[in-house]
Amino acid sequence: MANEQPVESYTVEELVAVNPYNPDILSDLEGFVNDQVSNQTYNLDANLSLLRLYQFEPERLSVQIVSRILIKALMAMPGPDFSLCLFLIPEHVQMEEQFKTLIILSHYLETARFRQFWDEAAKNHNILDFVPGFEQAIQTHAIHVLSLTYQKVPRAVLAEAINIEGLALDKFLEYHVANSGWVIEKGTHSQLIVLPRSEFNHPELKKNTAEIVPFEHVTRIFPVLS
Amino acid sequence: MASAAASFYRERDEPAAPSSGASYDPTYVPDSVKTFVSHLYRHIRERNVYETHQMYEGGFHRLSDRHFRDIPWPSAEAVAPHCDGDHVFLLLYRELWFRHAHARVPGLSPAHRAESWDNYCSLFGLILKGVLNMQLPNQWLWDMVDEFVYQFQSFCQYRAKLKNKTQEEINLLKQYDEAWSVYGVLNYLKALVDKSMIGEILEREKEGLEQFTATDGYDYEGGSNVLKMLGYYSMIGLLRVHCLLGDYHTGLKCLAPIDISQQGVYTTVIGSHVSTIYHYGFANLMLRRYADGIREFNKILSYILKCKQYHQNSPQYDQLLKKNEQMYAILAICLSLCPQDKLMDETVNNQLKEKYGDKMTKMHRYDDEAYAIYDELFSYACPKFITAAPPVLKEPFTNYNQDAYRLQLKLFLYEVKQQHLLSGIRSYLKLYSTITISKLAKYMDADEVTLRTILMTYKHKMHSVDSDGKVISSADFDFYIDEVA
Repeated sequence: MANEQPVESYTVEELVAVNPYNPDILSDLEGFVNDQVSNQTYNLDANLSLLRLYQFEPERLSVQIVSRILIKALMAMPGPDFSLCLFLIPEHVQMEEQFKTLIILSHYLETARFRQFWDEAAKNHNILDFVPGFEQAIQTHAIHVLSLTYQKVPRAVLAEAINIEGLALDKFLEYHVANSGWVIEKGTHSQLIVLPRSEFNHPELKKNTAEIVPFEHVTRIFPVLS
Repeated sequence: MASAAASFYRERDEPAAPSSGASYDPTYVPDSVKTFVSHLYRHIRERNVYETHQMYEGGFHRLSDRHFRDIPWPSAEAVAPHCDGDHVFLLLYRELWFRHAHARVPGLSPAHRAESWDNYCSLFGLILKGVLNMQLPNQWLWDMVDEFVYQFQSFCQYRAKLKNKTQEEINLLKQYDEAWSVYGVLNYLKALVDKSMIGEILEREKEGLEQFTATDGYDYEGGSNVLKMLGYYSMIGLLRVHCLLGDYHTGLKCLAPIDISQQGVYTTVIGSHVSTIYHYGFANLMLRRYADGIREFNKILSYILKCKQYHQNSPQYDQLLKKNEQMYAILAICLSLCPQDKLMDETVNNQLKEKYGDKMTKMHRYDDEAYAIYDELFSYACPKFITAAPPVLKEPFTNYNQDAYRLQLKLFLYEVKQQHLLSGIRSYLKLYSTITISKLAKYMDADEVTLRTILMTYKHKMHSVDSDGKVISSADFDFYIDEVA
């Protein structure tokens, strides 16, 4: 399967589409991971291609590059990208300290243990600092999960989930009130943030309507049978 | 094990005698085989697809059963006089020869396997030139791709078991280190997809500019269906290879041009239909898209229930039954992680209850016994994962053929454990139209903070995000939290 054009004149995306099963593109793909980190972009297909090539050429595996791929994959949550990458990394490689840490971080995020996540992330900021945009990406994910779950979320729950407090949180809330349709209400104990309506936290918006349950004066969970 | 190493000496193109001990004379051609070869050759030359199919499906297996139960067919050289020594026909014949040998002849050596690889290279190389004008039954073309992937998987398993290999076998592995490289396999499949332009054909068909499904891929204008159909089936082949490597995302991408929500050419050969849905469903299980897997398994299992009887005499029947059972096992797993009564046919549900009713009840308990059952079902139903990198043929010689499987199993069970508190949520919330967090926390024997994380985990696990960023719910049962002043 000879390529007429030299490898350098294709973009990496083209290489992945046209000629992915080729060990010659391995260093291009590594360079591309570093590009994704510095430019704050992301390409799952290219990264999976690289992990596959590492499978085929285990001596060429770079722990540093794999670490970056995994961090970028965490940032892609709620997508399952992190698991998809782990499926391709041999077990003995996953035993590296760095990777064990990243797996723990992923575990906390997968089980919505945001406080434990931010604590562990702080302890390991030296690995994570290499990848700009990490914090914001996780905060976006945390808000996504809150938005699936809550119609109104107490300030403290939000603060813990996104690891922002005090004045910084006030500014954050201001921004989202102005740009994301959030509304602040005064609750009995604290501020309540009213999150945007969707079919996931407002079942009446689903195509099959469900029973709407009346108001009560406490925090309530409203189970909805679809 | 192949300990009769002495018989590995061979001349070029002459398959070595197998080590089964039965006397095998590669030059002996029974009369019935002479007739078979000359008739098959004639039917192919006359583009008589129906007769070709009859001989391929029926004749080949009957003769195998009668004359070649555990020895190979006669060598290509021996049958050449009965097909005008036709180069292409002999490549096809050899493909059948090796397929039969892999299935029936014990103790295949690396030399045999490497020769089979060479034959595929020659055969596919020729087909990729696009100069073939023959028409072959889709069953044959599917079987070719299926077998190609199977032999690759089998070779990877074989060469990853180094512990009990003789020095002779190790030397042969060193000698044939080019055979069945993962790059070769993937690139041939991709080349068939690309050269056949099957992607474009399917696109044009959607716009009404091309006939493909309507003719079942056959060419009624004197052309050939071979490259086109090999390209089509190679998409499924690529899905399969990627699943064997643990790359489910890319596997599904390779399948994407085929619309599995509809009937299509992939459904007209039952083996291709089953392989497609089995791998599609398994990939979706690993991607946590449980509802998608459940939906497709339900469809095909219902179909198999109805049509199974018509395949009883086909050579693919055993494979069909095996895959059927494996799909029920994966379905049991999917439904335990993501209950979805509404997606299920009653007939399939009844079968499922019969086979796995007890186990599914136990799986909901999320105790040690439950994890053991998840392990058991996954291990029974999963593809035979491979380590694609070639072995290091130096001491110490170990067996590492289970490594890939163990990794996938470990990651799967890890996911199951992350979901273990979720079935508790379902049970309690189904009983209440509304409940306070503090009360539910008490029932679940957890503090409120923990309960909130469990509720958010449920939401996260039950909602997946597709490639366009759209959120899709897999939950048949849902809730929301409101803080009411």
